[in-house]
Amino acid sequence: MADWDWQVFCKDTIEGEVIPRCFGGGGDITYLDWMLSAWGWTLSVSLLSLAVAIVFGSLMGILRTTPNRGLVFLGNAWTELFRNIPLLVQIVLWYHVVPAFIPALRGVPSFLLVVAALGLFTSARISEQVRAGIQSLPRGQRMAGLAMGFTLPQTYRFILLPMAFRIIIPPLTSESMNIVKNSSVAFAVSIAELTLFAMQAQEETARGIEIYLAVTGLYFISAFAINRIMHFIEGRVSVPGLIAAGGK
Amino acid sequence: MPMIEIKNVGKWYGDFNVLADCTTQVEKGEVIVVCGPSGSGKSTLIKCVNGLEPFQKGEILVNGTSVGAPGTNLSRLRSHVGMVFQHFELFPHMSITENLTIGQVKVLGRGKEEARDKGLKLLDRVGLKAHAHKFPGQLSGGQQQRVAIARALAMDPICMLFDEPTSALDPEMINEVLDVMVQLAKEGMTMMCVTHEMGFARKVANRVIFMDHGRIVEDADKDEFFGTPRSDRAQQFLAKILNH
Repeated sequence: MADWDWQVFCKDTIEGEVIPRCFGGGGDITYLDWMLSAWGWTLSVSLLSLAVAIVFGSLMGILRTTPNRGLVFLGNAWTELFRNIPLLVQIVLWYHVVPAFIPALRGVPSFLLVVAALGLFTSARISEQVRAGIQSLPRGQRMAGLAMGFTLPQTYRFILLPMAFRIIIPPLTSESMNIVKNSSVAFAVSIAELTLFAMQAQEETARGIEIYLAVTGLYFISAFAINRIMHFIEGRVSVPGLIAAGGK
Repeated sequence: MPMIEIKNVGKWYGDFNVLADCTTQVEKGEVIVVCGPSGSGKSTLIKCVNGLEPFQKGEILVNGTSVGAPGTNLSRLRSHVGMVFQHFELFPHMSITENLTIGQVKVLGRGKEEARDKGLKLLDRVGLKAHAHKFPGQLSGGQQQRVAIARALAMDPICMLFDEPTSALDPEMINEVLDVMVQLAKEGMTMMCVTHEMGFARKVANRVIFMDHGRIVEDADKDEFFGTPRSDRAQQFLAKILNH
């Protein structure tokens, strides 16, 4: 491809001049600087959302498997609420609509609102996986825990969850990778992440192919890194004597 | 005071009467075998004894504590009632040693060293000391069930409940489990066993309870149950399982 121009990344974002070492200085930034900063935003949104999603998703998934009807209803309602509305709509809701009803949210940075939106959207999906993981365990496991004198929370903590989480590592891996990719919708509320960078930079430079290829690469690297980390964890927690985790 | 006292217990799933007016008791040091066709309610009855299954009518007392009463601390009661399940239910993500110690440490509050010593001593007793470091998935069914018995004993139970402990085992592994149970019975452990192993019943049971359609049809001394006339239903059942 003779007419590719990868030097676009070395250009100053104001003057459009190529800077020798590709990194700006003294207040000037290059497109490369901007892209790396955007990558940082993408990773920040993704990782924080993932933390929110795992905490709320696990909690709601657990509630849905308890003997208490009220708690089951709460978990079900939560899950259905957050998985039946499109992600993009949820982000806009958090940004425009929710603060209209809850004044305390008006001063909150849009970054955090996006983390809430993406995190809670994903929590519904993780809740479903956690529920499935717990319910896939033999019923006798819960009974064995209780029969030994464990309280219900202890039974979850020591017996059910360690196995349930091992079983759901594969779908959790997909979900964690999804969150990196889904973070791209944060452009809708002007978070300076990779997709927003790509759209703006291609307008300014007219080098859309190079810019989108670079951004594609960064998304791929980020998602794939999560995949490898999860694979490593899966190997570390595998149980001797079980072919697949939970294979019984 | 009997160790286990079951008084007029009734249980329903909707309209279906799983347990109907069941009354019996197990004295301290007694071994009771509960048998009956599948669906007769015997597993349900034994699970009511430690409150794993709720019941709607009647009363069950374990060592004087009412299982169904609202104020009862069920976890505390269960911690000294050992239970062995049909499918072993060892905790698959824990080594055999951890399986034997976790209840002692987390429920009884014993120190790790003490729990370990106790667990290994019991593991030795069921003939599996060499397997302490393995995981449940690496043991045969019979070995897993022996570990499960050791795990229950590690909690120093005042009585033991066995819910069809040999029905999920290959025939050649049944005896190794029954041997452990016989030994336990001879040492004076109070035991309530749901099982079809009539050889075991003959050898160590004090009484045999026969259930059908959620009722206790027969509750007799061992010799009486296997010898003198009894209910038609129990006779038919025995004829079917003893002929082979």
